[in-house]
Amino acid sequence: MRYGRAAEVLKDVNFALAPGSFHFLTGPSGAGKSSLLKLIYLAERPSRGTIELFGRDVEAIAAADRPFLRRRIGVVFQEFRLLDHMSAFDNVALPLRIEGRKPDDYRADVAELMAWVGLKTRMHALPPTLSGGEKQRLAIARAVVNRPDILLADEPTGNVDDAHALRILKLFVELNRLGTTVLIASHDEDLVARSGQPVLHLDKGRLRAFGRNVLAEPGA
Amino acid sequence: MSELFDPKRWKPSPLLPRSSAQDGSLVFVVAVLCFLACLTALGALAANRAAHGWTSQLTGSATVVVRAQGSETPDAAAGRAAETLAGVSGVSEARALEKEKAEALLEPWLGHDALLDDLPIPRLVAVDLDPKTPARAKALDAALKAAGIDATVDDHSLWIADIERSAGIARWSALAVFLLIASAAGAVIAFATRAAMAAHRETIEVLHLSGAQADFVVKLFQSRFARAAALAGLFGAAGAAIIGALARLAGGGQGLTPVLPVAWIDLLAVLPTPLLAALVAAIAARLAAHGLIGELA
Repeated sequence: MRYGRAAEVLKDVNFALAPGSFHFLTGPSGAGKSSLLKLIYLAERPSRGTIELFGRDVEAIAAADRPFLRRRIGVVFQEFRLLDHMSAFDNVALPLRIEGRKPDDYRADVAELMAWVGLKTRMHALPPTLSGGEKQRLAIARAVVNRPDILLADEPTGNVDDAHALRILKLFVELNRLGTTVLIASHDEDLVARSGQPVLHLDKGRLRAFGRNVLAEPGA
Repeated sequence: MSELFDPKRWKPSPLLPRSSAQDGSLVFVVAVLCFLACLTALGALAANRAAHGWTSQLTGSATVVVRAQGSETPDAAAGRAAETLAGVSGVSEARALEKEKAEALLEPWLGHDALLDDLPIPRLVAVDLDPKTPARAKALDAALKAAGIDATVDDHSLWIADIERSAGIARWSALAVFLLIASAAGAVIAFATRAAMAAHRETIEVLHLSGAQADFVVKLFQSRFARAAALAGLFGAAGAAIIGALARLAGGGQGLTPVLPVAWIDLLAVLPTPLLAALVAAIAARLAAHGLIGELA
């Protein structure tokens, strides 16, 4: 994959994530973690190669059908991308509104999810008034509210302290237990090592390790 | 306070911010351009009416210069010519002008003190033509010749050609200025709409990546900018209509109206403005939204 005419940022990256799996995507800054996530959540297209999602080649999917594919992928953006003019509750409900569901069908689910991520008392708040950790949890709630098949998170613990990072990690593990495939990009090596979860390790745009948690191994 | 938030009573808030500085600028700019476009449209209509008035005044009449022959007096010759012409098909009325009127017509060139009595001043016959089937100059000339009257028929064709040329220039100039301003208004609406949409790029991206279909996003912006442009069009049209009404009231039979005769019915021309502005803005927003979504996709 390349941006415009620049050099390729991802090369020879071949892997398959099993449904219901949990992986960390690791690597130094500039390794291509965010670019790989963008390819998966269909924000970018590969300059060559093939991406298959849910058994379908994404390049073969008509533009009109891509939104339906995106709805099966929850994304926690590194910079949150919350809509500042809407309340926290509205932000979480956004994917459900986009699906065309009626408020009466989901308002209780949204309230329950917000309580689950610890935002029960902040439902009315506008994103600019939330702390970094609250924004993070809000972005996570929005990403999972429509029960996506895949959850992608780009540095979801980058803006929070260790205690919050562990709490967020537990949240992802819980979602994974419910059947969601999880892929988390993180450069927090301690967190990845402690989790013991399998890893995709990128370096200079190439996949160096896939599967075992190299950061959890002795001498890592 | 959070305690006051009751999810059961929650209603979805608008997906786009209620208003922004960009929207205010858009309304202002579009309102000004719509005002100018409407004003030009009124001007074009008035110019058209003035031009039509000039030509219809000239084409509806003819002037016949009668020269007395032999022992016949000029007055008698003029009377006979008027009588003859009144019987020609396509003539509504023909009347001989008195000597005083003929002299009055010459006064600007010859002055008061000229010895008009000593000059062989021809008599004039004013002919009003039937507006539906006006008699041709040749027919008038033939009738006079048949009656043995020495006369020259002036159907104002020389003037009419000039006046029609001037009127045409006035009409087309007004129309060209109107089209120029209207297309500039359209271009500015499109540009301002695109600029305002660029400010909402982040929202578009979030909606897009959350699985919103292109039409879902496009409709949001299309209706928002169409409403803003319709409001601006309404302001602009109302402003121009007020100016037009004042011009009509202030002018009456005098003042502005003889030069640019605005009629009350002309004010109806500004009515489609809000609709047209909304249409242009909706199309611009639609194209811009599709463009942005195309970039994202």
